[in-house]
Amino acid sequence: MDKFISIEGIAKRYGATTIFQDLWLSVPRGGFTCVIGHSGCGKTTVLNILAGLDSPSAGVVIVDDQAIEGPSLDRAVIFQSHALLPWRTVMGNVAYAVSSRWRRHSRDQIQRQAQKFIDLVGLTGAEGKRPAELSGGMKQRVGIARALSIEPKIMLMDEPFSALDALTRGTLQDEVRRICRTTGQTVFMITHDVDEAIYLADRIVLMTNGPDAKLAEIVDNPLPKERARADIHRHPLYYAVRNHIIDFLVTRSKSFAQEGRAHDPRAVPLVRPGIIANQSPPDASARVA
Amino acid sequence: MTSSSLTLRAALVSILLFAAFILAWHLGVRGTGAVQQMDPEYAKLMGLTATQGKSAMPGPLDVGAKLWEHVRRPFYDNGPNDKGVGIQLAFSIARVAAGYLLAVLVAIPIGFLIGMSPLFSKALDPFIQVLKPISPLAWMPLALYTIKDSSLSAIFVIFICSLWPMLINTAFGVAAVRKEWLNVARTLEVGTLRRAFTIILPAAAPTILTGMRISIGIAWLVIVAAEMLVGGTGIGYFVWNEWNNLSITNVITAILLIGVVGMLLDLILARLTRLVTFPE
Repeated sequence: MDKFISIEGIAKRYGATTIFQDLWLSVPRGGFTCVIGHSGCGKTTVLNILAGLDSPSAGVVIVDDQAIEGPSLDRAVIFQSHALLPWRTVMGNVAYAVSSRWRRHSRDQIQRQAQKFIDLVGLTGAEGKRPAELSGGMKQRVGIARALSIEPKIMLMDEPFSALDALTRGTLQDEVRRICRTTGQTVFMITHDVDEAIYLADRIVLMTNGPDAKLAEIVDNPLPKERARADIHRHPLYYAVRNHIIDFLVTRSKSFAQEGRAHDPRAVPLVRPGIIANQSPPDASARVA
Repeated sequence: MTSSSLTLRAALVSILLFAAFILAWHLGVRGTGAVQQMDPEYAKLMGLTATQGKSAMPGPLDVGAKLWEHVRRPFYDNGPNDKGVGIQLAFSIARVAAGYLLAVLVAIPIGFLIGMSPLFSKALDPFIQVLKPISPLAWMPLALYTIKDSSLSAIFVIFICSLWPMLINTAFGVAAVRKEWLNVARTLEVGTLRRAFTIILPAAAPTILTGMRISIGIAWLVIVAAEMLVGGTGIGYFVWNEWNNLSITNVITAILLIGVVGMLLDLILARLTRLVTFPE
């Protein structure tokens, strides 16, 4: 498999506490990967390591054949709290990122590039507003425009929609999906929201509870690439996937260590809920390693 | 109740309080009439207090008249001991401005250093803790001895008293910049200098300006005392000179003007603070 991002045996320890260790995962180019798990399992730490904002206690992360050493303009982060600079306008915030990427660009070129992405996220006309004048959804759109404007190799999103109301969240998920589909962006996203993961992701990584959290399974999303929010729940495998993830979050995320199955952290099983279960006894979990 | 009617009522109460104060003052210093007969030559020596029972304290009308006189002719200059109050205030403001700007130039870079470097924060802390509580006037003899110029010594005293609030607030503001904003700069690979000017400075600006506002208040408090010591010019010298002239009317007038100028200085800094404060 194409290993665009390759997490190789990373660990994070604080003193005697091991948040996670021996974590292995690879993400293909252009893939949309969601990590789902409970609070405290270390999802955000994994994302921060990918971003270069945090460094692992052991192991390496390789992106595009290069080991990560600190933050890079190749990996854009969309923060949960949007992290816009309140003293800059919408244009100013996006232009700040653009001018950091292309330091020799003229003002005009920077403005044009920023404008392109402000238009892309549907904020045309709000360029002169400051973050305080924007709604939560609009702020997050600016965050997305800022991340995209530097044309990164990877977009890292840390629960980007969790602070938004349900309606705004839905609209923004549609936008993100549209933008990522058209630009072929590689995305690594952290979420709490099962439906969000199923709607957006190609593959959903299930993480057990910390401390000593593990990547339990990777769920291969059976939904077609062309999907619409309105009818994903009519897909024959939608509920199988959804139930599988919810089962995991409700019970198995706690009891995974006691399941007694051999777990090779280097080869996290890829599961396709519903596909083999149809032909097997009901208690056999659907798994294709 | 709307807020405009609250403002209106508050203004009304203020005016009433002011009127009551003026009235009490006026009644309190009113003369009681001739108290005793005395030889006219002797009466001339004794003054109105003894002969007419008039209080030595001027009334609001005297002060009002004097104030009007000063406001009408603020910039006359009849030699070293008789200058318009506008000239004296200008001297004081110039000294405050010089000492204060000097303090800005020193406090903000050092505050940045302390805020950005935990090493310097710890290393400089004992010095700041010891130097901060020293009354600025305690430096005066040392300043006079080393600088050998009274006017420059006053400026130095203003410098030293304005320094601490700005230094401490700058260090605090810089150290307290939201981690996410710094992370934004890190993910965008922004260099240290650019980060200091484009992220830390604007993020810390409201805290820095608050420190500057505290400093200007303290500087204006200290300049009066400093000028009483060094003499020559300035509103502090004016107050002391008028005390030596036993002109309580002038002293009260000067007190009022000191208050008004202090308020204006604070207002300017408050405006500036609002200019750099952006809600999230």
